[in-house]
Amino acid sequence: MTAESQCRIYPEAINEPEPSGDYVHINIGPSHPAMHGTLRIITTTDGESVINAEPEIGYLHRGVEKLGENLNYTQFIPLTDRLNYCSAAANNVAYEMTVEKLMGLEVPEKAQLIRIILMELARIADHQVCVGILGVDLGAFTPFLYLFIQREEIYEIFEKTNGTRLTNTFGRIGGVDTDLPEDFGPMWNKLRDGIRKANDETDRLLTHNRIFMDRAIGVTPFSAEDALNWGFTGPCLRACGVKRDLRRDEPYYMYDSFQFKIPTGENGDVFDRYMVRMIEMEESVKIIDQAYEMYRQMPEDAPLMARVPKIIKPPAGEVYHAIESPNGELGFFIKSDGTSNPYRIKIRPPCYMIYQAFPELVQGEMIADLIACLSSLNIIAGELDR
Amino acid sequence: MNLERRVRICLESNALSVEETAGDITVTVPAGRLVDSLMALKEHPDLKFDFLSDVIGIDNLDLFRKKKGKGKAAEEEPPEKKVKAPPPPRFEIVYLLLSLESSERLRVKIQVPENDMTVDSVTSIWRAASWPEREIYDLFGINFLGHPDLKRLLMWDGFKGHPLRKDYPLEGKGETRRLVYEQEKIR
Repeated sequence: MTAESQCRIYPEAINEPEPSGDYVHINIGPSHPAMHGTLRIITTTDGESVINAEPEIGYLHRGVEKLGENLNYTQFIPLTDRLNYCSAAANNVAYEMTVEKLMGLEVPEKAQLIRIILMELARIADHQVCVGILGVDLGAFTPFLYLFIQREEIYEIFEKTNGTRLTNTFGRIGGVDTDLPEDFGPMWNKLRDGIRKANDETDRLLTHNRIFMDRAIGVTPFSAEDALNWGFTGPCLRACGVKRDLRRDEPYYMYDSFQFKIPTGENGDVFDRYMVRMIEMEESVKIIDQAYEMYRQMPEDAPLMARVPKIIKPPAGEVYHAIESPNGELGFFIKSDGTSNPYRIKIRPPCYMIYQAFPELVQGEMIADLIACLSSLNIIAGELDR
Repeated sequence: MNLERRVRICLESNALSVEETAGDITVTVPAGRLVDSLMALKEHPDLKFDFLSDVIGIDNLDLFRKKKGKGKAAEEEPPEKKVKAPPPPRFEIVYLLLSLESSERLRVKIQVPENDMTVDSVTSIWRAASWPEREIYDLFGINFLGHPDLKRLLMWDGFKGHPLRKDYPLEGKGETRRLVYEQEKIR
């Protein structure tokens, strides 16, 4: 991380206005070009500084949990695509793993590797969107285009795997339905170089850019203690300096056999969140490399599905399982009553917990920094409102 | 020592029951002792459940209905003769706890009967409980005592009913939202 001394040419002068008591209410969203999806923030401002910013959510509430109670276990998979639509594969796998845990199913190794590869691809795609849009919100349009060209290539792989691009409906309960495409190797070689090149270009355009640094370093910092109290997980928590990653701390599948680093920040500001995401993309590339190497050594006719009954009826009971999704801890809680429909499904979206701390994050900052903070948190309305 | 024993030692008589499903441990505590129990679990040196993942509401109405349906033979006797047992609590609230040190997870459950739908808020321990409790207030209609800002979260203000209750129909009750603008109100 770059030292804080490099930023802030005018340290105190910007951020501490005299309270005049003459407040103006500004309603940002739910339909506003700077709002990601349908978010609404009711801000109370004094001049340009934010006195209070109260998020109002629910504009994209579709009642996914209620719908899930009336569908069977397999039919719910497509609904999980619509949670965090930037990384649908990770949502699918998180849900499937929860049902598999409830049923006591062991997924074959080859299917695990395919899931890992596609989840990490989804993570890269998600981080690319977040970093790209952070740049756009701060006035840098070019990196967004570089990153989105590579994101398109990732979607090409998804499309070749099971025919879908954005909403993958990937995998089935008990394994995966399709193998990786035959030419995954050459496609991945090309994509790996592409991702690294795009990240390198983004790095050169943003990381040491004076304007970007001034807009990002020291903006909306958050302490580790507060972050844990508010239930932060994922890149936003790691940016605060807490080294916590479910892939390492509660390893699932073969994550404990891969070599990868967990980046952490110091101040939990916009810049640290950006840097954590940039480094994580590179680590994901390394994980995919290792997973693909293991995948290639598998026999070609290795099973992709566990033995699953035709009608999925898990035993009665409650189960919670969480994975490290691109945004943080994505968990599913399922209560089963022994029938073919789940009795209750509760989704624990990572950005739901992060977004509730928003008033505390932006208090006293400028309105323009509020936008920067929002994009760096990567709030996705789909998983926020469910 | 395994987690179940440690939780029992920590909570003593507050642990009404400890269940295990698929490796997850759920402990039920009395609703009145909720905040004390969570504090004890957070501060106990052997447990240190210092992170709240989520708060979950459950409506058990359909489970009772199904049980009634199954025991048809028993229902043949005239219902008046039966001694009316107090109905089992309709709602449950589950707190998902996590220990950052040992990465262990624990679920703490309380039961909320329909005639007393007020629960102590845990926002004083974890601020992360703020929105989940608002959501349960919104979708189940359970009140949280001591919550700093208890109002609807996902549904709009003025919405009647609680959609995640089991007696709320999937297709809704025909609610429509009509926005009333300030100027209209003045007129």
